[in-house]
Amino acid sequence: MTIEKLELFEVFVRPKRGLDHKHVGSLHAEGREQALEYARDVYTRRTEGISIWVVKSQDITASQEDDNESFFDPSDDKPYRHATYYPLPKEITTM
Amino acid sequence: MTQSTQNTVDSKQDLINYVVRLGDDSVVLGHRISEWVSEGPFLEEDIALGNVALDYIGRARMFYGYAATLSGDGKTEDDFAFLRDEREFKNYLINELPRGDFAYTITRQLMVDLYNKYYLQALSLSTDPTLVAIAQKAVKETTYHCRRSKSWALRLGDGTAESKRRMQLAIDDIWGYSHELFESDLLEQRLIDAGIAVDCADLKQPWLADVEAIFEEAGLKIPEATWAVRGGRKGFHSEHLGHLLTQMQFVYRSFPGAKW
Repeated sequence: MTIEKLELFEVFVRPKRGLDHKHVGSLHAEGREQALEYARDVYTRRTEGISIWVVKSQDITASQEDDNESFFDPSDDKPYRHATYYPLPKEITTM
Repeated sequence: MTQSTQNTVDSKQDLINYVVRLGDDSVVLGHRISEWVSEGPFLEEDIALGNVALDYIGRARMFYGYAATLSGDGKTEDDFAFLRDEREFKNYLINELPRGDFAYTITRQLMVDLYNKYYLQALSLSTDPTLVAIAQKAVKETTYHCRRSKSWALRLGDGTAESKRRMQLAIDDIWGYSHELFESDLLEQRLIDAGIAVDCADLKQPWLADVEAIFEEAGLKIPEATWAVRGGRKGFHSEHLGHLLTQMQFVYRSFPGAKW
Protein backbone atom coordinates (compact mmCIF):
# COMPACT_ATOMS: atom_id res chain seq x y z
CA MET A 1 0.00 0.00 0.00
CA THR A 2 1.48 3.30 -1.03
CA ILE A 3 0.27 6.74 -0.07
CA GLU A 4 -0.18 7.63 -3.76
CA LYS A 5 -2.99 5.12 -4.08
CA LEU A 6 -4.93 6.58 -1.19
CA GLU A 7 -7.56 9.24 -1.57
CA LEU A 8 -7.59 12.58 0.22
CA PHE A 9 -10.52 13.36 2.50
CA GLU A 10 -11.56 16.50 4.36
CA VAL A 11 -12.66 16.01 7.95
CA PHE A 12 -15.41 17.92 9.74
CA VAL A 13 -16.04 17.45 13.46
CA ARG A 14 -19.00 18.62 15.53
CA PRO A 15 -17.61 19.45 18.97
CA LYS A 16 -20.94 19.18 20.76
CA ARG A 17 -24.65 19.06 20.26
CA GLY A 18 -26.05 22.33 18.96
CA LEU A 19 -22.82 23.44 17.28
CA ASP A 20 -21.97 23.09 13.60
CA HIS A 21 -19.50 20.68 12.11
CA LYS A 22 -16.19 22.47 11.68
CA HIS A 23 -13.41 21.70 9.24
CA VAL A 24 -10.48 20.32 11.23
CA GLY A 25 -8.11 19.00 8.58
CA SER A 26 -7.59 16.30 6.01
CA LEU A 27 -6.29 12.75 5.81
CA HIS A 28 -5.52 9.91 3.45
CA ALA A 29 -7.62 6.75 3.34
CA GLU A 30 -8.62 4.00 0.99
CA GLY A 31 -12.32 4.74 1.11
CA ARG A 32 -15.09 6.47 3.00
CA GLU A 33 -15.35 3.94 5.81
CA GLN A 34 -11.63 3.91 6.46
CA ALA A 35 -11.56 7.70 6.26
CA LEU A 36 -14.19 7.85 8.98
CA GLU A 37 -12.18 5.49 11.18
CA TYR A 38 -8.96 7.43 10.67
CA ALA A 39 -10.78 10.71 11.33
CA ARG A 40 -11.81 9.23 14.67
CA ASP A 41 -8.25 8.11 15.35
CA VAL A 42 -6.47 11.25 14.19
CA TYR A 43 -8.85 14.09 15.06
CA THR A 44 -10.91 12.99 18.08
CA ARG A 45 -8.21 11.51 20.33
CA ARG A 46 -8.82 14.14 22.99
CA THR A 47 -12.62 13.89 22.87
CA GLU A 48 -12.97 16.80 20.49
CA GLY A 49 -16.21 15.61 18.98
CA ILE A 50 -19.52 13.81 19.01
CA SER A 51 -20.00 13.55 15.26
CA ILE A 52 -17.70 13.29 12.26
CA TRP A 53 -18.23 13.97 8.55
CA VAL A 54 -15.70 13.01 5.91
CA VAL A 55 -15.87 14.26 2.34
CA LYS A 56 -13.63 13.40 -0.57
CA SER A 57 -11.50 16.46 -1.18
CA GLN A 58 -12.07 16.16 -4.91
CA ASP A 59 -15.81 16.52 -4.33
CA ILE A 60 -15.32 19.99 -2.92
CA THR A 61 -15.50 22.83 -5.42
CA ALA A 62 -13.54 25.71 -4.01
CA SER A 63 -13.34 29.36 -4.96
CA GLN A 64 -9.96 30.49 -6.25
CA GLU A 65 -7.81 33.22 -4.78
CA ASP A 66 -7.54 34.78 -8.23
CA ASP A 67 -11.30 35.29 -8.22
CA ASN A 68 -11.37 37.10 -4.91
CA GLU A 69 -11.65 40.59 -6.43
CA SER A 70 -14.59 39.69 -8.62
CA PHE A 71 -16.19 37.44 -6.01
CA PHE A 72 -15.95 39.43 -2.83
CA ASP A 73 -14.99 43.07 -3.43
CA PRO A 74 -18.29 44.09 -5.09
CA SER A 75 -20.16 43.57 -1.80
CA ASP A 76 -17.90 46.02 0.03
CA ASP A 77 -19.83 49.11 -1.13
CA LYS A 78 -23.32 47.73 -0.65
CA PRO A 79 -24.07 48.57 2.96
CA TYR A 80 -27.81 48.36 2.25
CA ARG A 81 -27.43 44.59 2.35
CA HIS A 82 -26.87 44.83 6.10
CA ALA A 83 -29.88 45.18 8.35
CA THR A 84 -28.03 47.86 10.33
CA TYR A 85 -28.21 50.17 7.27
CA TYR A 86 -31.90 50.82 7.86
CA PRO A 87 -33.24 53.13 10.56
CA LEU A 88 -35.77 51.34 12.72
CA PRO A 89 -39.32 52.69 12.96
CA LYS A 90 -40.07 54.13 16.39
CA GLU A 91 -42.74 51.51 17.02
CA ILE A 92 -40.14 48.76 17.09
CA THR A 93 -38.48 48.75 20.50
CA THR A 94 -36.92 45.34 20.72
CA MET A 95 -34.62 44.20 17.95
CA MET B 1 -3.95 -20.16 61.28
CA THR B 2 -7.51 -21.44 61.15
CA GLN B 3 -8.95 -23.15 58.13
CA SER B 4 -11.29 -20.26 57.29
CA THR B 5 -8.52 -17.66 57.46
CA GLN B 6 -6.41 -19.85 55.23
CA ASN B 7 -9.21 -19.88 52.64
CA THR B 8 -9.60 -16.12 52.79
CA VAL B 9 -5.93 -15.55 52.19
CA ASP B 10 -5.83 -18.02 49.33
CA SER B 11 -8.84 -16.64 47.52
CA LYS B 12 -7.44 -13.13 47.78
CA GLN B 13 -4.11 -14.33 46.37
CA ASP B 14 -6.01 -16.14 43.62
CA LEU B 15 -7.77 -12.93 42.68
CA ILE B 16 -4.50 -10.96 42.65
CA ASN B 17 -2.87 -13.59 40.44
CA TYR B 18 -5.84 -13.58 38.09
CA VAL B 19 -5.91 -9.80 37.78
CA VAL B 20 -2.15 -9.72 37.15
CA ARG B 21 -2.57 -12.26 34.34
CA LEU B 22 -5.08 -10.00 32.65
CA GLY B 23 -2.69 -7.08 33.11
CA ASP B 24 0.15 -9.13 31.61
CA ASP B 25 -1.89 -9.92 28.50
CA SER B 26 -2.64 -6.24 28.03
CA VAL B 27 0.79 -4.78 28.70
CA VAL B 28 2.66 -7.27 26.53
CA LEU B 29 0.34 -6.83 23.56
CA GLY B 30 0.21 -3.07 24.08
CA HIS B 31 3.99 -2.92 24.00
CA ARG B 32 4.10 -5.04 20.85
CA ILE B 33 1.67 -2.78 19.03
CA SER B 34 3.56 0.29 20.21
CA GLU B 35 6.58 -0.99 18.27
CA TRP B 36 4.72 0.19 15.15
CA VAL B 37 4.82 3.82 16.23
CA SER B 38 6.82 5.72 13.59
CA GLU B 39 7.04 2.52 11.52
CA GLY B 40 3.42 2.35 10.34
CA PRO B 41 2.59 1.97 6.65
CA PHE B 42 1.35 5.57 6.50
CA LEU B 43 0.68 8.40 8.91
CA GLU B 44 -3.00 7.75 9.61
CA GLU B 45 -2.48 4.04 10.28
CA ASP B 46 0.55 4.85 12.43
CA ILE B 47 -1.60 7.02 14.69
CA ALA B 48 -4.41 4.46 14.71
CA LEU B 49 -2.01 1.71 15.83
CA GLY B 50 -0.63 4.01 18.50
CA ASN B 51 -4.16 4.54 19.80
CA VAL B 52 -4.76 0.80 20.04
CA ALA B 53 -1.44 0.33 21.85
CA LEU B 54 -2.43 3.00 24.36
CA ASP B 55 -5.82 1.36 24.91
CA TYR B 56 -4.06 -1.88 25.86
CA ILE B 57 -1.48 -0.19 28.05
CA GLY B 58 -4.23 1.79 29.78
CA ARG B 59 -6.07 -1.47 30.38
CA ALA B 60 -2.94 -3.00 31.89
CA ARG B 61 -2.70 -0.04 34.26
CA MET B 62 -6.25 -0.65 35.45
CA PHE B 63 -5.58 -4.34 36.11
CA TYR B 64 -2.19 -3.76 37.75
CA GLY B 65 -3.57 -0.88 39.78
CA TYR B 66 -6.31 -3.15 41.08
CA ALA B 67 -3.79 -5.87 41.87
CA ALA B 68 -1.68 -3.32 43.77
CA THR B 69 -4.71 -2.21 45.78
CA LEU B 70 -5.60 -5.81 46.58
CA SER B 71 -2.01 -6.56 47.61
CA GLY B 72 -2.03 -3.70 50.08
CA ASP B 73 1.71 -4.01 50.62
CA GLY B 74 2.83 -0.78 49.02
CA LYS B 75 3.24 -2.27 45.55
CA THR B 76 2.29 -0.05 42.61
CA GLU B 77 1.25 -0.79 39.05
CA ASP B 78 4.87 -0.10 38.00
CA ASP B 79 6.15 -2.93 40.20
CA PHE B 80 4.03 -5.37 38.25
CA ALA B 81 4.99 -4.01 34.84
CA PHE B 82 8.68 -3.30 35.33
CA LEU B 83 10.08 -5.31 38.22
CA ARG B 84 9.02 -8.83 37.38
CA ASP B 85 11.00 -11.24 35.27
CA GLU B 86 9.99 -13.36 32.33
CA ARG B 87 8.87 -16.42 34.27
CA GLU B 88 6.62 -14.26 36.46
CA PHE B 89 4.69 -12.97 33.46
CA LYS B 90 1.61 -15.12 32.81
CA ASN B 91 0.39 -13.67 29.52
CA TYR B 92 -0.91 -15.88 26.76
CA LEU B 93 1.86 -16.54 24.24
CA ILE B 94 -0.05 -15.08 21.31
CA ASN B 95 0.44 -11.62 22.82
CA GLU B 96 4.23 -11.82 22.93
CA LEU B 97 4.82 -13.00 19.34
CA PRO B 98 6.85 -10.43 17.38
CA ARG B 99 4.94 -7.81 15.47
CA GLY B 100 5.99 -9.35 12.14
CA ASP B 101 4.80 -7.63 8.99
CA PHE B 102 1.57 -5.67 8.85
CA ALA B 103 -0.47 -8.73 7.84
CA TYR B 104 0.92 -10.59 10.83
CA THR B 105 -0.01 -7.77 13.19
CA ILE B 106 -3.52 -7.55 11.76
CA THR B 107 -4.05 -11.32 11.97
CA ARG B 108 -3.00 -11.42 15.63
CA GLN B 109 -5.16 -8.37 16.38
CA LEU B 110 -8.19 -9.91 14.70
CA MET B 111 -7.87 -13.08 16.75
CA VAL B 112 -7.13 -11.32 20.04
CA ASP B 113 -9.61 -8.46 19.60
CA LEU B 114 -12.46 -10.88 18.90
CA TYR B 115 -11.39 -12.97 21.88
CA ASN B 116 -11.34 -9.88 24.08
CA LYS B 117 -14.79 -8.88 22.90
CA TYR B 118 -16.28 -12.09 24.29
CA TYR B 119 -13.96 -12.15 27.28
CA LEU B 120 -14.82 -8.63 28.40
CA GLN B 121 -18.53 -9.17 27.83
CA ALA B 122 -18.31 -12.16 30.16
CA LEU B 123 -16.10 -10.31 32.64
CA SER B 124 -18.69 -7.54 32.89
CA LEU B 125 -20.96 -10.15 34.50
CA SER B 126 -18.40 -10.96 37.20
CA THR B 127 -19.36 -10.75 40.87
CA ASP B 128 -16.31 -8.51 41.41
CA PRO B 129 -17.42 -4.87 40.94
CA THR B 130 -13.93 -3.55 40.07
CA LEU B 131 -13.49 -6.14 37.32
CA VAL B 132 -16.97 -5.24 36.04
CA ALA B 133 -16.01 -1.56 35.87
CA ILE B 134 -12.77 -2.29 34.01
CA ALA B 135 -14.55 -4.62 31.59
CA GLN B 136 -17.29 -2.12 30.83
CA LYS B 137 -14.74 0.55 29.98
CA ALA B 138 -12.49 -1.75 27.97
CA VAL B 139 -15.23 -3.40 25.95
CA LYS B 140 -15.97 -0.09 24.21
CA GLU B 141 -12.36 0.16 23.06
CA THR B 142 -12.39 -3.45 21.97
CA THR B 143 -15.54 -2.96 19.91
CA TYR B 144 -13.62 -0.37 17.91
CA HIS B 145 -10.51 -2.58 17.69
CA CYS B 146 -12.64 -5.39 16.24
CA ARG B 147 -14.03 -3.05 13.61
CA ARG B 148 -10.50 -2.05 12.55
CA SER B 149 -9.10 -5.57 12.58
CA LYS B 150 -11.99 -6.96 10.60
CA SER B 151 -11.90 -4.31 7.89
CA TRP B 152 -8.12 -4.71 7.52
CA ALA B 153 -8.40 -8.52 7.39
CA LEU B 154 -11.00 -8.25 4.64
CA ARG B 155 -9.00 -5.63 2.76
CA LEU B 156 -5.76 -7.64 2.87
CA GLY B 157 -7.31 -11.09 2.43
CA ASP B 158 -9.40 -9.91 -0.48
CA GLY B 159 -6.71 -7.56 -1.79
CA THR B 160 -3.74 -8.42 -3.98
CA ALA B 161 -2.17 -11.87 -4.40
CA GLU B 162 0.71 -10.69 -2.21
CA SER B 163 -1.47 -9.34 0.60
CA LYS B 164 -3.52 -12.55 0.58
CA ARG B 165 -0.38 -14.67 0.67
CA ARG B 166 0.96 -12.75 3.65
CA MET B 167 -2.33 -12.98 5.54
CA GLN B 168 -2.51 -16.75 5.04
CA LEU B 169 1.13 -17.14 6.12
CA ALA B 170 0.35 -15.19 9.28
CA ILE B 171 -2.73 -17.27 10.05
CA ASP B 172 -0.74 -20.49 9.56
CA ASP B 173 1.94 -19.17 11.93
CA ILE B 174 -0.33 -17.84 14.66
CA TRP B 175 -3.19 -20.34 14.71
CA GLY B 176 -1.37 -22.81 16.97
CA TYR B 177 -1.14 -20.14 19.66
CA SER B 178 -4.91 -19.64 19.78
CA HIS B 179 -5.76 -22.90 21.54
CA GLU B 180 -4.53 -21.97 25.00
CA LEU B 181 -6.83 -18.94 24.96
CA PHE B 182 -9.69 -21.31 25.75
CA GLU B 183 -8.08 -23.41 28.46
CA SER B 184 -8.40 -22.47 32.11
CA ASP B 185 -6.34 -23.89 34.97
CA LEU B 186 -7.13 -24.71 38.60
CA LEU B 187 -6.66 -21.14 39.77
CA GLU B 188 -9.14 -19.83 37.24
CA GLN B 189 -11.47 -22.72 37.96
CA ARG B 190 -11.66 -21.73 41.62
CA LEU B 191 -12.49 -18.16 40.63
CA ILE B 192 -15.01 -19.33 38.04
CA ASP B 193 -16.76 -21.31 40.79
CA ALA B 194 -16.83 -18.11 42.84
CA GLY B 195 -18.43 -16.21 39.96
CA ILE B 196 -15.42 -13.92 39.59
CA ALA B 197 -13.43 -15.17 36.61
CA VAL B 198 -14.45 -15.83 33.02
CA ASP B 199 -14.72 -19.43 31.89
CA CYS B 200 -12.77 -19.02 28.68
CA ALA B 201 -13.85 -22.42 27.34
CA ASP B 202 -17.30 -20.91 26.80
CA LEU B 203 -15.86 -18.34 24.41
CA LYS B 204 -14.52 -20.83 21.88
CA GLN B 205 -17.68 -21.40 19.85
CA PRO B 206 -18.75 -17.78 19.33
CA TRP B 207 -15.12 -16.75 18.70
CA LEU B 208 -14.60 -19.49 16.13
CA ALA B 209 -17.85 -18.63 14.37
CA ASP B 210 -16.74 -14.98 14.03
CA VAL B 211 -13.26 -15.89 12.81
CA GLU B 212 -14.59 -18.43 10.30
CA ALA B 213 -17.08 -15.94 8.89
CA ILE B 214 -14.43 -13.24 8.43
CA PHE B 215 -11.88 -15.64 6.96
CA GLU B 216 -14.45 -16.97 4.52
CA GLU B 217 -15.41 -13.47 3.41
CA ALA B 218 -11.72 -12.60 3.04
CA GLY B 219 -10.90 -15.80 1.13
CA LEU B 220 -8.64 -17.09 3.90
CA LYS B 221 -8.46 -20.53 5.48
CA ILE B 222 -8.16 -21.89 8.99
CA PRO B 223 -5.11 -24.20 8.92
CA GLU B 224 -5.64 -27.94 9.03
CA ALA B 225 -2.50 -28.42 11.11
CA THR B 226 -3.35 -29.23 14.71
CA TRP B 227 -0.11 -28.23 16.45
CA ALA B 228 -0.54 -26.10 19.53
CA VAL B 229 1.84 -24.21 21.78
CA ARG B 230 0.87 -23.65 25.40
CA GLY B 231 2.41 -22.39 28.59
CA GLY B 232 1.82 -18.66 28.91
CA ARG B 233 -0.36 -18.94 32.02
CA LYS B 234 2.35 -21.10 33.64
CA GLY B 235 5.12 -18.61 32.85
CA PHE B 236 6.68 -20.78 30.12
CA HIS B 237 7.35 -18.36 27.30
CA SER B 238 8.68 -18.23 23.79
CA GLU B 239 12.13 -16.72 23.27
CA HIS B 240 10.45 -13.45 22.31
CA LEU B 241 9.16 -12.30 25.70
CA GLY B 242 12.59 -11.86 27.28
CA HIS B 243 13.66 -9.50 24.51
CA LEU B 244 10.44 -7.55 24.82
CA LEU B 245 10.90 -7.16 28.57
CA THR B 246 14.48 -5.94 28.26
CA GLN B 247 13.22 -3.13 26.04
CA MET B 248 10.13 -2.39 28.10
CA GLN B 249 11.79 -2.49 31.52
CA PHE B 250 15.21 -1.04 30.67
CA VAL B 251 14.62 2.60 31.62
CA TYR B 252 12.72 1.82 34.78
CA ARG B 253 15.42 -0.53 36.03
CA SER B 254 18.37 1.63 34.97
CA PHE B 255 17.03 4.75 36.63
CA PRO B 256 15.06 3.60 39.67
CA GLY B 257 12.58 6.17 40.85
CA ALA B 258 13.10 8.41 37.81
CA LYS B 259 10.19 10.75 37.08
CA TRP B 260 9.30 12.71 33.98
